[in-house]
Amino acid sequence: MSQATLQFSDAGKTYGSKTVLDHVSLNIEQGSVVALVGHNGAGKTTMMKLLLGLIRPSHGEVKVLGADPAGSSGVDSRRHLGFLPETISFQSAMTGLEAMNFYARLKRVDLKLNMELLERVGLEGAARQRIKTYSKGMRQRLGLAQAMLGEPKVLLLDEPTTGLDPQLRRRFYDTLTSLKNDGATILLSSHALSELETRIEKIAIMNKGRLIASGSLYDLRNKANIPVRIRLLTRDGSADEIAGLLAGVDINRVNGRIVEFSCAANDKMMILRRVSEIGIAVEDVDIQLPSLDQLYSHYRDEGV
Amino acid sequence: MNAVLVIAAQEIRDGFRNRWVIALTLMLAGFALSLTFLGRAPGGSIGASPLLVTVVSLSSLSIFLLPLIGLMLSYDSIIGEIERGTMLLLLSYPVTRTHVMAGKFLGHMTILGFATIVGYGVAGAVSFVRGDGIEANAMMAFFNMTMTSILLGGAFLGLGYLISASVRERGTAAGVAIGVWLVFVLVYDMALLAALVNFGGSLGQGLFQILLLANPTDVYRLFNLGGFDNVQALSGSVGMMADVKLPVWTMIVVLLAWVALPLGFASYLFNRKDI
Repeated sequence: MSQATLQFSDAGKTYGSKTVLDHVSLNIEQGSVVALVGHNGAGKTTMMKLLLGLIRPSHGEVKVLGADPAGSSGVDSRRHLGFLPETISFQSAMTGLEAMNFYARLKRVDLKLNMELLERVGLEGAARQRIKTYSKGMRQRLGLAQAMLGEPKVLLLDEPTTGLDPQLRRRFYDTLTSLKNDGATILLSSHALSELETRIEKIAIMNKGRLIASGSLYDLRNKANIPVRIRLLTRDGSADEIAGLLAGVDINRVNGRIVEFSCAANDKMMILRRVSEIGIAVEDVDIQLPSLDQLYSHYRDEGV
Repeated sequence: MNAVLVIAAQEIRDGFRNRWVIALTLMLAGFALSLTFLGRAPGGSIGASPLLVTVVSLSSLSIFLLPLIGLMLSYDSIIGEIERGTMLLLLSYPVTRTHVMAGKFLGHMTILGFATIVGYGVAGAVSFVRGDGIEANAMMAFFNMTMTSILLGGAFLGLGYLISASVRERGTAAGVAIGVWLVFVLVYDMALLAALVNFGGSLGQGLFQILLLANPTDVYRLFNLGGFDNVQALSGSVGMMADVKLPVWTMIVVLLAWVALPLGFASYLFNRKDI
């Protein structure tokens, strides 16, 4: 097995008597996209700072590309890192391109590629404008562009989609996918859970400094066993009749043509088979899997 | 090393962009030129070199001005960047905090040096063209004054970083910087004078010397106003130091230490700071 690109081994961080990160163990393999999910103050930013080597763990160990990020080799490992802070800010008197040039020099990357990166985030038209004149979304995109400098092996993105409109958000996730396909390991934090669902393979749920669950969305759903909501669209007038046929199922609502009920995730297939036996009176089936929001609150409550 | 230069270049570019460099240079040149022209008036009656008169008046001015400039350039440079969030981003790059500190110092020192050399240099050149200070002695004093002025500014750059690295808020840094300026430039000497008047006899010569060396502005004053007999004769303000004679190199080393120690300590604190 290859060594994990990002590694937390029983890592914790305390400030005085305040514990902001509590015995977290998490391995993130090369080439995966992982979302850190949790409230503000759950420890997500602390984890990013540990990976950047800005702070040292109070106990345990943190490794990036096999090395201690806060150690003497941390400086070198940061050459392979791209970071987008939660609130991005630049020297506002600089133009976008000047800012890119400054950061590219620090990373010792060819300046010629900067315009290309700005194009990639749709800022080519504003490259020579001062950052002062940028909107919040433009700053965020510039932040993303600087994080992609030098084809980083690891991308740490703290709340990357705040301030982006839906279209830019989609473009951001497309960019993420292409970076991942290039082999980058991506860790992003978010509390906008709904938008992550279709995009992220692995999720780590944080609460009050503790990692309370991690895994693929599929695994987390199975483990949580949150009831699945199923809605049947029936032929006119047969709603009551169908509700009657589903004996033993907890019917929530019957409303004209619609029959709605929830069932345990494990019972889902059994019930669907019964529904299909009803025949043509059922015109359509709508299955609502528990959303990430629901999963999050489930694990949070379980963890307490 | 590369990172240090990149950060220094960034500070310098910033200094030019926000007109700081131009403003400082014009201000220093303006003061220096007006003092050069004024310097001719008394020169005739005392028979001293006008350039030496300029050195005396200009170094008296530098004692106030350069600490102020040094502090203004530096007090915000760490805590300001932390509060704006640019420090977090900067430190996510392959640079150490020591690099950042060194780069900022190098950049600010260049700005300070440029403004001082050009500003005072213009005055020196005007003086030379008019044939004021042909004596090597006076030219040397002028050169030394310019160089130590930069060192004096550098000492207060370091003190400014020290303030900036120790406070938690920008506002505090500004307040502390003003306090530091007042203490070193005004209060310290007054207190020293009061001590001298009250227990002049019991205050030993050795202790007095140490107390003078404990303030960079006094080392500067001692160097520029006390170091040359000619200058000393012209300057009444150093009367209380008249007896203090320190080797030139001691004073230079002490001034350099005043640059290096606060800077080093600031770097140490910055390295331990939670960002």
